[in-house]
Amino acid sequence: MISERIANNKNSIEAENLSLWYGDFQALIDVSLKIPVGQITALIGPSGCGKTTLLRCFNRVNERYGNVTTTGEIKVLGKNIYDADVSLPELRKTVGMVFQRPNPLPISIYENILFGLRIHSPLRSLSRSDADAIVEEALRAVFLWDDLKDKLKARATSLQLEQQQKLCIARLLPLKPKIILMDEPCSALDAKGTLAVEELMSVLSGAYTFLIVTHNMAQARRVSDECIFMFLGELIEHRETQALFQTPENPKTADYVQMRYG
Amino acid sequence: MGKPDTVQYPSAMKNMNNTTHATTGGTRDNSSTLFTETAIGRRKRWTENGVRIFFFLMCCLMILPLLLIIGYLLYKALPVLSFEFLFTNPKDNMRAGGLWAPFLGTIYLVVVSLLVSAPIGVFAAVYLNEYARDNWFTRIVNLAVVNLAGVPSIVHALFGVGAFVLFAGLGESVLAASLTLAIMTLPVIIASTKEALNAVPMSFREACWNLGATRWQTIRRIVLPNAISGILTGVILQVSRAAGETAPIMFTGAVFYKTIAEGDVFAYNITDQCMALSLHLFTISTQVPDVTEGIPYGTAIVLVGSVLLVNAAAIALRVYLRTRKKW
Repeated sequence: MISERIANNKNSIEAENLSLWYGDFQALIDVSLKIPVGQITALIGPSGCGKTTLLRCFNRVNERYGNVTTTGEIKVLGKNIYDADVSLPELRKTVGMVFQRPNPLPISIYENILFGLRIHSPLRSLSRSDADAIVEEALRAVFLWDDLKDKLKARATSLQLEQQQKLCIARLLPLKPKIILMDEPCSALDAKGTLAVEELMSVLSGAYTFLIVTHNMAQARRVSDECIFMFLGELIEHRETQALFQTPENPKTADYVQMRYG
Repeated sequence: MGKPDTVQYPSAMKNMNNTTHATTGGTRDNSSTLFTETAIGRRKRWTENGVRIFFFLMCCLMILPLLLIIGYLLYKALPVLSFEFLFTNPKDNMRAGGLWAPFLGTIYLVVVSLLVSAPIGVFAAVYLNEYARDNWFTRIVNLAVVNLAGVPSIVHALFGVGAFVLFAGLGESVLAASLTLAIMTLPVIIASTKEALNAVPMSFREACWNLGATRWQTIRRIVLPNAISGILTGVILQVSRAAGETAPIMFTGAVFYKTIAEGDVFAYNITDQCMALSLHLFTISTQVPDVTEGIPYGTAIVLVGSVLLVNAAAIALRVYLRTRKKW
């Protein structure tokens, strides 16, 4: 199935021989992968294996964290993101990110949703009615509208964690991203919040490509279509989720998914 | 048989109660010493109390001089304190009269020096905290900031004479003195601003970057609004330092005596010399014989009082701005 897809060239992200160093430490070793369009791909592996680093490569936000060297090629939607004509703000519009700990900005719910649009458009170019419509659409998409429609002016940081995390997803939508990167989006949430976010992902997948880092293997099995196992900076195995969990090819994968390690 | 039993029941109850005590009597030694204090415990308690009282006394010792100083100053200054005292010039070779010229001079010096040092310091700190990477240049700048903050004020004075009075040709003037004060307050403003910026959680910046915000958009929309209370507090606290220093201004622009128009807040020109409260206090306390008794104390009270007033305003502003930020 994967080979079939690759033949059809329906990939959101393609990385070729990607290596990355933090100073002298090599965090990613020769990683090559293809992430399918409109599906949910999970990244699993023990702590410190480079999952988050890999995720941050895809919107080049790694470069904000100091001494980073990258080699290899990353294509997002067919375009090499290390090309000279790539604008980082434009790249990050298309490739959004959701974090482990919900990080709504310390402004109102309403302004959180519009923040992305405002920083990408000229001052005062957004009319009030357009803004209202965009906020409603984004909040409806993440099933928060009914809960929050009466307190749009409230501080986003005063919401419950689950609502905050959904808001962080909603905040990406007005920018019309194609890819949403999620770095352990549920690890700060309780069981109910986790389920809610997972449901949201399955509803939204199709329209967006999801790439999710998770330490929760049950979650990887529940939500993802394909799964990538990483170990010490290397990509060990990339297959359909069921196959990876049931008949892992690499012994390291088998050790990990059967919880003999990690 | 049943009946006597029921009759005896209350007494049996009573007995039971007694026997509970009696039977536990066997284990009394154990249970009665349970959770009681041992010799080590007693020593720990004494030490704990002793230490707490010691620390509390140190705390009182710290407040005591402040209360004594202000109380003593007020007591001594009371006869001269009045509205005219603040708004008339010194008279009779500074043996009588008020504080208008030095008071206004201090305001000039403080305002002009902060107008210079606050923007430079705040913007430099923004660069250091938000833009600069950890490399040799930023390390040198940070080292310079720390060391500059530790330079004695008389050294700043000498630098001011060399750089502003002589080299820049400003002469002894409000401007030269203010610039010297600005150099002195700059490192502290940079340090306190950096601290305020650092207190804004990194996760906010990450959120902005990942939405495609530039560093400036992040700073302008998120970082500064959340750091502004800390930044302002740091800047305003430098008012007291600038107002209180004598050494940096006495060679660069402050004079012992000068008369100006009373009640005119524009009486000084920044290219001229001025009087200042701190220097005035030094002069009338040590250089002028037969000063009216309350005047030095009154001068001190005005200096301390205006600094306290500004600091109180800073605290009020910070409290107000804090109520508007929550995360």
